[in-house]
Order: sequence, then C-alpha cells, then structure tokens
Amino acid sequence: MTTMTDPPGQGFRLSQLIYDTRYRSLTIQVVAMILLMLLFSWLVSNTIHNLQNLGKDFDFGFLWQPSGYDINQRLIDYNSQSTHGRAALVGILNTLLVAALGCALATVLGVIAGVLRLSNNWLVARLMAFYVEGFRNVPLLLWIVLIFALMTEGTPAPSAFRGDTPSASMLFDAVAITNRGVYIPAIHFNAAFFESGLYNWLLIIAVFAASVFAVKRIGHWAAVKQEATGDRPTTWYLTLGVLIVPTAILMVLMGAYFDLPSLQGFNFGGGVHLRGSLIALWLALSLYTGAFIAEIVRGGILAISKGQSEAAFALGLRPGTTMNLVILPQALRVIIPPLISQFLNLTKNSSLAIAVGYMDARSTLGGITINQTGRELEGMLLLGLFYLVLSLLISGVMNVYNNSVKLKER
Amino acid sequence: MKKTVILGALTVAGLAAGAAGAATLDDVKARGSLNCGVSTGLTGFSAPDANGVWQGFDVAVCRAVAAAVLGDPMAVEFVPTTGQTRFTALASGEIDVLARNTTWTFSRDVDLKFEFIGVNYYDGQGFMVPKALGVSSAKELDGATVCIQTGTTTELNLADFFRVNNISYEPVPIETNAEAQQQYLAGACDVYTTDASGLAATRASFEAPGDHVILPEIISKEPLGPLVRHGDSEWGDIVRWTLNALVAAEEYGVTSANIGELSAAPGNNPEINRLLGTEGELGAMFGLEADWAKKAIMANGNYGEIFEKTIGENTPIGLSRGLNAQWTEGGLLYSPPFR
Repeated sequence: MTTMTDPPGQGFRLSQLIYDTRYRSLTIQVVAMILLMLLFSWLVSNTIHNLQNLGKDFDFGFLWQPSGYDINQRLIDYNSQSTHGRAALVGILNTLLVAALGCALATVLGVIAGVLRLSNNWLVARLMAFYVEGFRNVPLLLWIVLIFALMTEGTPAPSAFRGDTPSASMLFDAVAITNRGVYIPAIHFNAAFFESGLYNWLLIIAVFAASVFAVKRIGHWAAVKQEATGDRPTTWYLTLGVLIVPTAILMVLMGAYFDLPSLQGFNFGGGVHLRGSLIALWLALSLYTGAFIAEIVRGGILAISKGQSEAAFALGLRPGTTMNLVILPQALRVIIPPLISQFLNLTKNSSLAIAVGYMDARSTLGGITINQTGRELEGMLLLGLFYLVLSLLISGVMNVYNNSVKLKER
Repeated sequence: MKKTVILGALTVAGLAAGAAGAATLDDVKARGSLNCGVSTGLTGFSAPDANGVWQGFDVAVCRAVAAAVLGDPMAVEFVPTTGQTRFTALASGEIDVLARNTTWTFSRDVDLKFEFIGVNYYDGQGFMVPKALGVSSAKELDGATVCIQTGTTTELNLADFFRVNNISYEPVPIETNAEAQQQYLAGACDVYTTDASGLAATRASFEAPGDHVILPEIISKEPLGPLVRHGDSEWGDIVRWTLNALVAAEEYGVTSANIGELSAAPGNNPEINRLLGTEGELGAMFGLEADWAKKAIMANGNYGEIFEKTIGENTPIGLSRGLNAQWTEGGLLYSPPFR
C-alpha cells in the first residue's frame, strides 16, 4: 500500500521567476547580464560610429612607423629613426626599471619604519610616526615635483665644476651630484666575452647566483653537522670566499675597470648618468609607498599575540633574535597580501612620471606617440593592456611567494 | 578586470567622440559663448593679465571669432591646453577653435583630421642659450642638454637637426612653457628650444633678458595658425574668413579708429564695403549678420593693430613684422579677396 505524500506538481508558472526564491536570483542575474551586454555593445557601436564620423579608423600600423623623437633614458638601442613600437618598448623598460627600484627601496624603508614605529624609544617611534603620517597624507604628485624641484634648484649645474677654482666638487672624484642628475662610476670591460654589455652582465649574474646557491649548500651542510654532533663548524670565511672569489675572478678576466665621470663639454661624460627625473620619481614613489608599507608591517607585527614574544623571552632569546626568528616569520603571513597591492599601486603610480619628464610607457606610448600619430584609442588600449599584464605578473609572483611563507597545515 | 579597462577606455572614447560631428555654429550660438583652446600661458600670445582676463595675439583671434559669431568679443571661454592635450581637446569637441601657436603640418591636417584655417604667424624654430655659455651657433651644441616641450613639432625638428648635423644632445622633455622656463633658468638645461616667437616671449618675462641670446639658426618652418575639426566646413569657413578679415582690414587701412566712419555708409572702395557689410550679402552666405567682419575688427583692431599691441616692437617681446608683414610690404600676409 502506498500513500502519496507529495502534492501533485503544479507545473512551472512564469510568475515564479519573480516570486519564487529558487528562481529569483537567476532572473536577476540574467537581466543584469543582458543590461551589461547592451551597455557594452552600445559603447562599442558608439565608438565605431564616432570614429567613422571623425574619419578615423582603428589601426595599429603606427607602431611600425619611425617615431621621429628622441628619448633621453634608453636601456636598449634607440634613436629617432626607430619605430613607435620600439619607443614604446623603451618606455616600458623605463617603467619596469623605476617600478623595480621603487618596490625594493619602498620595502626596505617600510619594514624599517614599521618596526621602528613600535620601538620603546619615544623619539624614534614618534619620528617614524611623523614620517608615515607626513608622506601618506600628502599627494604623491606633490612629493615627486618637490623632490625634483629640490634637485634642480638645490644642486650645482655641471658648469659649477669647471675652472681652476670650481664652486662645486665631485665626491671622492668619482660621484658628481648636479642639477641634471647624479653621475656615478660605471664598470666597463676591456676584454669582454660578448659584444653586448647585456650578455656580459647576465654571465656575471649567473656566476653570482651559482655562488649564492653554493653558500646555501654550505649553510645546509653546517646545519646537518650541527644536528649530528652539536658543534656548528665555522663557515664564514668559506661562505665569503665562495660568494666573492668566482665573481671577482670572472670580472678580472673580462678586464673590468671603473669608468669615472668627468666634465666633457656641456655635461659630464663617462660613468652612469642617473637622471634627476629618475631619482626624483624613484625617491618619491619609495618614500610614499614606504609609508603605507610601514603601517602594514606594524599591523602585521601587532597581529602576533604577545604570548609569542613572551615565550621567546622565556626561552632566553634576545629581542633582535625574537623579532627575526619568531615574530617576523609569522607576521609575514599577514603582511604579504596587502604588500602585493602596495607594489601594484607603486607600479601604476609610476605613470605620474611625465610630471618630471621621465620617459616611461605613459610618456612615450601614451604621450608623444599618441600626440604625433593621433591614435588615442589604440595607444590608450595598449597602455592599459601593458599595465594590466604587468600588474597581473606582479601579483602572480607575489602570490607564489605568499604561498611559500604561509602556514603549512599538515 | 580586463573588461573594466576596455569598458573604461571605450566610455572615454565614446563620450569624447560623441560631441563631435554636430554643427559647431549652432552649438556656439546655443551656448552663447565660444570655447577656445589656448596655451597654458605664453606672454604675448595667450596669457591672463593681472585681472585674470586673457590677452594676447592668439587670444585676439578667439575674440574676433566670438565677436563675429556672437557679437560679443568677451563671450569666450578659454581652455588652457598643453602641447599634449590640445589635439584631444579639439577632436573631442571640448573646444570649438584651437588658437595655440600650433604648427600647420601635413600629418596634423590630414592624419589627425583637423582643418588649419590659415596662418596667423609665420615662425621658425630657434634656440636660446645663456650668454655666459659663449655659444654663437647651434652647431656648437654637441653634448648639450636641451629643454623641449613634448608633443610639439619642435621635438621632431630637434631630433632631425641634431641627427643631420651628426651631433649629440640630451633631451629633457617638459610639459609646459612655464616649467621649461624654470628648468632653463635653474640651469638644468643648457638650451631651450621652441618657436622663435615663443623664445622671444619667454625671454621677455625673464628678470634679466639681456643675459640670454637667441641663436641665429632657424631650423624649421613653423606656420602657426588656428585650427578646427575636420568635417564641419561651415564652421571652418567662418573662422578662416574672420582671420582673413583681420588681415584684409590692415591691407585696406580699416582700423579700429576709422571703422565707425567707414561702416556708417558705403564708401568709394567696394572691397571695404563688402568687407564691412555695407554692400552685398557676404555675412548671410555663412549664416552671420552683415556686419560680422566689422564686429570682428572692432574687437581688437585689424591684424597690424593686434600685432603691435601684443607682440610688436613696442612691447617687451619686441618682435618685428618680418615675414608677417602684408604682401604689399614684402611679407607673406595675403588675404583672398572679399567678393
């Protein structure tokens, strides 16, 4: 014998799409999606229509045309006969350079300031609070322009180094600080293995990386020995030797020498020219972002329970060791994710470079190229795509790092 | 995220292009004011005076157009633009006319889809250096640091000049004339290069103009003129013939002093009569009143009067007429006939 417990099905009615909670969210999503697509297609057709009205087409051919303008800071070969595409590449490399330098310095500044802000020393803690609040509460653009103005107005022109009794002199005869930037000695090779300087440096970096790897192995070997015998062998001279000797031998073989900057004509010649625009942008980006990172580091450290440091002290660890071995490794898990977004901010903020005439991707591709060719839409799309890819790459790499330091649950 | 970027870019492009294409004359009349793109400040050409009123040689063109179209030379909204933003501002319809010492070139006219309506100043690119540098020719500038406004033709001429003469230089790109001036005076660059008229105007605003020299080389042709968007020939005609009216007025001796008398009744010279609307129907042909040219000339005087008042030899800028004299006096100014 069977009993029917379910009421007979009533079938599907259209009103259920609105009144039945099972279907309602689906309805809303579909409607929203249709509206979004309508908006999107309206924008596209509107753009096409208006471009037609203006008599413009959509064409990336300009990237292969000669650019006609010069760029002062070039990491690769470029002259005014090169293409707009290559000019964009020069700008992209300049963006990458200032972003990498900026991220590195901002992290160092931020970690130091963040830790020091928690110092028991009243003066140090207040000084760091002053730095953090001062920098993060004033727009970045002002800092960039201010540092640049200080450099151009506050430092001597190259002509001040000239004459029998110059009013300015070089530091140690090797570094010249001028209002056009800082000239530092460069390392050149007179018996280089490769034609291109880039390959030579890649070789040196590869050798150095191998040395660093070897040093790690030595450290591991010392740790194993310590585990087994209780004695840690003295390794510092071995480490130092492995780290320096191979690279030094390679440099000597390649005939490395210092190329010192010296006055030549209107400017200094020789050496490496760190332009005022690069320095101003780099310092401003680092100091500004460093202030935010300091707060993230401080927050990360405060997030570790006091019991951890008390336990470390009870074991007899000194405050410095406690910070390095107990607190910071745990704090990193809290610090890394917001740090990623600070790195992204710094990278994208570097597009303010035009304020001081630094030729980054925004100034070349998004500035002069657009202006000379009239390809605003194409140029801006490419520029947006570049920043998007760069940001995704940075957050991808940082996420990998984040995974490596996060709590391993077993 | 990617979608957002594209969407944003398209929105901007869509909005920007949306305003273009309509009849500019109707827009200006409906708005009651003319949107005119000028520089961010170049003494003599376009700069606000102590009272905040824009004055200058390029500004006078805007005022003449406003007077011709709206009857009021003060009905102008000035939009300061940099070398980089000026073309976008015009293409997007943010401004109706761009009068910002802009060089007429093939690619700007054809590829950028603008219409240059004439030349109001024949210029060329020059170099300015401090006298103390002891330089007498641009060819001695090997290795010099050169301040240059980005997004200009001067940027391209400079690259060509140094490449052809096989000498090196270090470009320092700068956004506006004011910044360039500050960098140059601070000694951050040895040389400042732009149109010779711009150099004269910039030097005039220095504390000690005598300490700086403009080198003899003029390395390019820079015909500067107002421009409008492609595709609205009616509007282009109005701006073109307003400029021509200013030039023709000087040629025929119509000045702000005698224009009241000349326009009161038809005189002996039929050309002047047609220009001032006392004879014929020229104004009505492009939808303006018969006395449009009279109003335009009354705004600031004829071309010669404007020149003398703003950048002429009796002003601190002290430019001589040179190529910008009337064709009857050996210059290049030549207005087509008003007929």
